[in-house]
Amino acid sequence: MSRILFSFIVFFLFWVALTSSLDPQELGVGALVSLIIAFLAGKEITEDGMKNFSFRRIQYTIRYLFVFFWEMIKANLDVAMRIIQPVIPINPGIVEVPTKLKSNVAKLALANSITLTPGTLTVDIIDDKLYIHWIDVKSENPEENFKEISSVFEKYIKEIFE
Amino acid sequence: MYQILEYAGMVVTTIGVIFLFLGGLGVLRMPDVYTRMQAGTKATTLGAVGAIVGVGMMHPEWFFKTSIIALFILLSNPISSHALARGSYKIGIKVWQKKKIDAYEDALKKVKKEEEAV
Repeated sequence: MSRILFSFIVFFLFWVALTSSLDPQELGVGALVSLIIAFLAGKEITEDGMKNFSFRRIQYTIRYLFVFFWEMIKANLDVAMRIIQPVIPINPGIVEVPTKLKSNVAKLALANSITLTPGTLTVDIIDDKLYIHWIDVKSENPEENFKEISSVFEKYIKEIFE
Repeated sequence: MYQILEYAGMVVTTIGVIFLFLGGLGVLRMPDVYTRMQAGTKATTLGAVGAIVGVGMMHPEWFFKTSIIALFILLSNPISSHALARGSYKIGIKVWQKKKIDAYEDALKKVKKEEEAV
């Protein structure tokens, strides 16, 4: 039940954002459609249901968004600076990074965040190790790589998804 | 107020377009598939998101719609680049390297051995 309620709220917010209107007719149709979809697909979409709306998770999500956007802007500048130099300063390689996250959604979020940040691209996840193509490899030690690449995100993602 | 928002939108769009251009340049200049993908995913996320959100700022009534498009780009871009990178690795495209650093190769060998043992 809580899973259906959660997906209903998310669908409805998306509907309101897409139609950008508060006309009662629009809202009525939106509520009806989101309710139907929530009943059909709600169980597949989320595992935690209304727990996702707990104060702690929302607070960490907002903080995480700021951290994430800042890292993303840094990443874009970093790669852009490399591209415009006469000799591209790169030393690529694939490194291994361990993660302590357990749930699949959390691993997905971590892998996506890593792909969107400085010079790193997640190639694959095998069990609890991420394999990351790094454009400028600084060390081959998994623990140091963890500190360098993913520790920034991991503590937020742990709070949000687990 | 709308005037300010419109100028801010223009600035954001311009920044986005510059990043898109650099991303394209990177795809041309980088030495192999993986580094090209780096240019294609990094420089272009900010480019696409900047351009789209900038348009949303110029037309405030579209702002939420453009934000949702940007959100979908942020969600789908890393997944597609992961799929492309993994696919190109599995069909045997080697990583361009100065010094050999490849933890993934060993991991794949290990997985294969375990599968054969079973």
